[in-house]
Amino acid sequence: MNLDTNKAEAKPGGPHTLGKVRTHPTQNEALMFEKSAPGKRAYKLPPLDVPAVDFSSCLGKAYRQTPAQLPELSEIEIIRHFTRLSTWNYAIDLGMYPLGSCTMKYNPRVNEFVARIEGLAEAHPYRPESLAQGILEIYDLLQRCLLEITGMDAITLQPAAGAHGEFTGILLTRAWHESQGNPRTKILVPDSAHGTNPATAAIVGYTVENIKSNADGGIDLEGLARQVDENTAALMLTNPSTLGVFEDEIHKIADILHAKGALLYMDGANMNALVGKVRPGDFGVDVMHLNLHKTFSTPHGGGGPGSGPVACKKFLEPFLPIPVLVRDEYGAKHCTDAGDWEDTNAEPTADGCPPLFRAPVLKPDGERVGDSEPMPLHPLGGRLRWEYNRPHSVGRVRAFYGNTGMFIRALAYILANGPDGLRQTTEDAVLNANYIRKKLEDLYELPYKTPSMHEVVFSDRRQAAHGVKTGDIAKRLIDYGFHPYTVSFPLIVHGALMIEPTESESREELDLFVEAMRSIAREAEENPELVKTAPHSTRVSRLDEVQAARKPILRWKPEKQ
Amino acid sequence: MRYLPKSDDERRQMLAEIGARSIDDLFAIIPAEYRLGRDLNVPRQQAESEIIAYFRAAGQKNATDYASFLGAGAYRHYRPVIIDSLVQRGEFLTSYTPYQAEITQGTLQAIFEFQTMIAELTGMDVANASMYDGSTGAAEAVLMAMRVTGRQKAVVAATVHPEYREVLHTYLRYREMPTALVGYHNETGRVDLEALAAAVSSETAAILVQSPNFFGVIEDIPAIAEIAHAKGALLIVSIAEAVSLGIVRPPVEADIVSMEAQSFGVALSYGGPFCGVIAAREQFVRQIPGRLAGQTVDGAGNRGFVLTLATREQHIRREKATSNICTNQALVALMATIFLAVYGKEGMRELAEHNLAKADYAAKTLSALSGTKLRFKGAPRFHEFVLQTDEAPAAWSRRLLDNKIVGGIELSRWYPELRNCTLWCATEVMPRETIDAAAKVLAAAPVEA
Repeated sequence: MNLDTNKAEAKPGGPHTLGKVRTHPTQNEALMFEKSAPGKRAYKLPPLDVPAVDFSSCLGKAYRQTPAQLPELSEIEIIRHFTRLSTWNYAIDLGMYPLGSCTMKYNPRVNEFVARIEGLAEAHPYRPESLAQGILEIYDLLQRCLLEITGMDAITLQPAAGAHGEFTGILLTRAWHESQGNPRTKILVPDSAHGTNPATAAIVGYTVENIKSNADGGIDLEGLARQVDENTAALMLTNPSTLGVFEDEIHKIADILHAKGALLYMDGANMNALVGKVRPGDFGVDVMHLNLHKTFSTPHGGGGPGSGPVACKKFLEPFLPIPVLVRDEYGAKHCTDAGDWEDTNAEPTADGCPPLFRAPVLKPDGERVGDSEPMPLHPLGGRLRWEYNRPHSVGRVRAFYGNTGMFIRALAYILANGPDGLRQTTEDAVLNANYIRKKLEDLYELPYKTPSMHEVVFSDRRQAAHGVKTGDIAKRLIDYGFHPYTVSFPLIVHGALMIEPTESESREELDLFVEAMRSIAREAEENPELVKTAPHSTRVSRLDEVQAARKPILRWKPEKQ
Repeated sequence: MRYLPKSDDERRQMLAEIGARSIDDLFAIIPAEYRLGRDLNVPRQQAESEIIAYFRAAGQKNATDYASFLGAGAYRHYRPVIIDSLVQRGEFLTSYTPYQAEITQGTLQAIFEFQTMIAELTGMDVANASMYDGSTGAAEAVLMAMRVTGRQKAVVAATVHPEYREVLHTYLRYREMPTALVGYHNETGRVDLEALAAAVSSETAAILVQSPNFFGVIEDIPAIAEIAHAKGALLIVSIAEAVSLGIVRPPVEADIVSMEAQSFGVALSYGGPFCGVIAAREQFVRQIPGRLAGQTVDGAGNRGFVLTLATREQHIRREKATSNICTNQALVALMATIFLAVYGKEGMRELAEHNLAKADYAAKTLSALSGTKLRFKGAPRFHEFVLQTDEAPAAWSRRLLDNKIVGGIELSRWYPELRNCTLWCATEVMPRETIDAAAKVLAAAPVEA
């Protein structure tokens, strides 16, 4: 690395130092590699209880002669290093994080606890199914809950994130069209959509056709009717839209698509506005994904992991990725991996679980009987297993079965809420967004007056008159102790401020946020420079992104001797 | 509801200030016929103690007291305690993707350190901030090679993890990108170099191999690279067992490395979340999918980090992006980063040595029994090996299960020609007594008349 760019080293203590005082490392923590010294250790392996091997001769040419230049540190240094780094982050645990479309809600700690329970966290994906029934019951219950919440018929938990779910959903769409004799050529995507939508359509081999939003920010029905034709595979629709607006003519949209044999794909990123109030399966959606890391409270963790289950209507079920979870009835025969029919273990196990649902049951002849009928509190019969023999499946979208750790967390969240809690959550999320809208609409331009659901989108038009842009207002919010809202998105709003408070904010926190936004609006008029140079309170000021991209430094390198 | 910070009174006041008579006013835009007029049919609200009891019961049903020789792309290693202490700090756990660099320097610096350590380990110039897992990472690496070379064909070794190959097949399904599958050498378990050379042409974008491969055998990377580069194709090396890099020579001749970093301190968790990562030569950096953290300076000249080269990504390029990936595995990558800091330069080697020694002992012990033999002896291995038994695996695995041991996984599931062959793994956490106990049970096969 060229240390010329590292002025912090050249100028110890950084910019806020007066006299000889050097800022404590809590604000100036070096890279791990810069703290390394030969011989420092943070590990100790137990004595080897098997004979040692001559590793070098055993591996021959495959032996690694030079070890990787990893840092050598003690345990306390590692603890301090990452603890110090953590204090440079903003987090939901510190305050309001109103990133529109990201649903930064509270991440319950019991979720973290249960995901680490030994029998769940240490389960190997290839352990025999007979030893994995507990995990499979969790999969099954979560699937049943998500199907009930979405009003859909079938589901896969396999996709690792929202975009991966989109990929899976559009694969199902394509496979179904192919089964009808024509894969079709294009996917329609509104101009307000997330970037993942067009990117997904492209990787499944479709051309992307944008559709313009109408004056209310919704789908223009006449325009849609003109654009949908026999080459249209699907419309990818986010509902509520990225403007936070519910498509009230959603049934007409579905009708227009279905009349031409096209499908309605719903991006479930904004499902936090709908849970317990309305179900996509009831308003014409054919296939959709959910983001467990948004609606169902699994932590964002600085960018992941997520989980993007895909739910679909019955006619798409044969195309779901393999393997698919099925439950065999007691006494039913099932086909073993070896191709033999054997009796399912008929021993019911008393497990004292809370109320569960009946999974799809396969009769001995393989026919499906009975869907999600609610079941009272008592142990379930039958045995869960993975079904691989699905000739119409689009195939696997990842190794193993999905981000199990996220399923455990999402299910813990659903159980903590129950039907009343889930509905109240949705109502509070919508209430909070409307409260912010009401309290700010006199100072910030509201480009679309349509009723807001869980998020509200303003534009910076009035502030821009003073040279203050949405990005500046966002940075100034940091000085007031808030994470910025989503900046400059959706693209159909020039200078967008996209605010999603979620249900997790108290009235006091919302009032503080409103106060901050109102104060910034005043500053934009009276002292625009103050806003344009924000943030002023952070460890580092605005970073030079142009330099970062022009001469990328993507890793540390030791100084040349 | 205990997660909601409002009293009913506050709700009423807020509604009044908005000018709504009731909460229903705010949902009036939803056509009445679609509104759900009933409670969702999900389990009732549970107390925290009930939630814990439910998951504990589920965990116990999973039979925790079994020893296991399972590997095959998911490996049990010791996880230092400080990993969970640190990643459960709310500032890491409950933070978003670090787009607002000024208040996410912690995440960004940790990603930069992750990228550096992955590059060091793999022998590549650069690494990204993570992919979903090793399987999708390998598929994305093939698509990346296609963009770099402008070619449309791929050659894949049959010794790549079968589920990775299935995922690749799904990703390429609508790409009109034919793949050729190349078999393995019967004695070494390595990819058949002659067949490989015959399969690669001037239309090949990339060769995809795995090393250590699915049989635990280390591939001859320099020889494979020569075959690829002779035809102008890229070499992609998939690594499913990252700990191997402590002792196995990194694939420096490769152009792209796709690695599963689960072994670096990530719980098995029935297969996910894991942590994929793509590393590559510097000249291909603009074709890498996923996020990249880069070093820069702030207005006062202080060192800082930002997400960079975003013009590759979907939120900027939409349908022209290098990938549709958005959310990645950031917190899991942080686990890996902490794991690598704990073991460090010396520890990674020592850890890898322990793995190799345990597996070597297990292979020797189990293959010394009558009626068993070690397959693929002609090439170096890391910590997995293939055992062939006279007795059908279904029979002895039942005996092992009765003794609370999960034996190796049957390979005929993916390789029908490998009848009675099983893949075994022994990592540093496998006690010698368990290996000896497994040998005893295996040896107890009823003698056939």
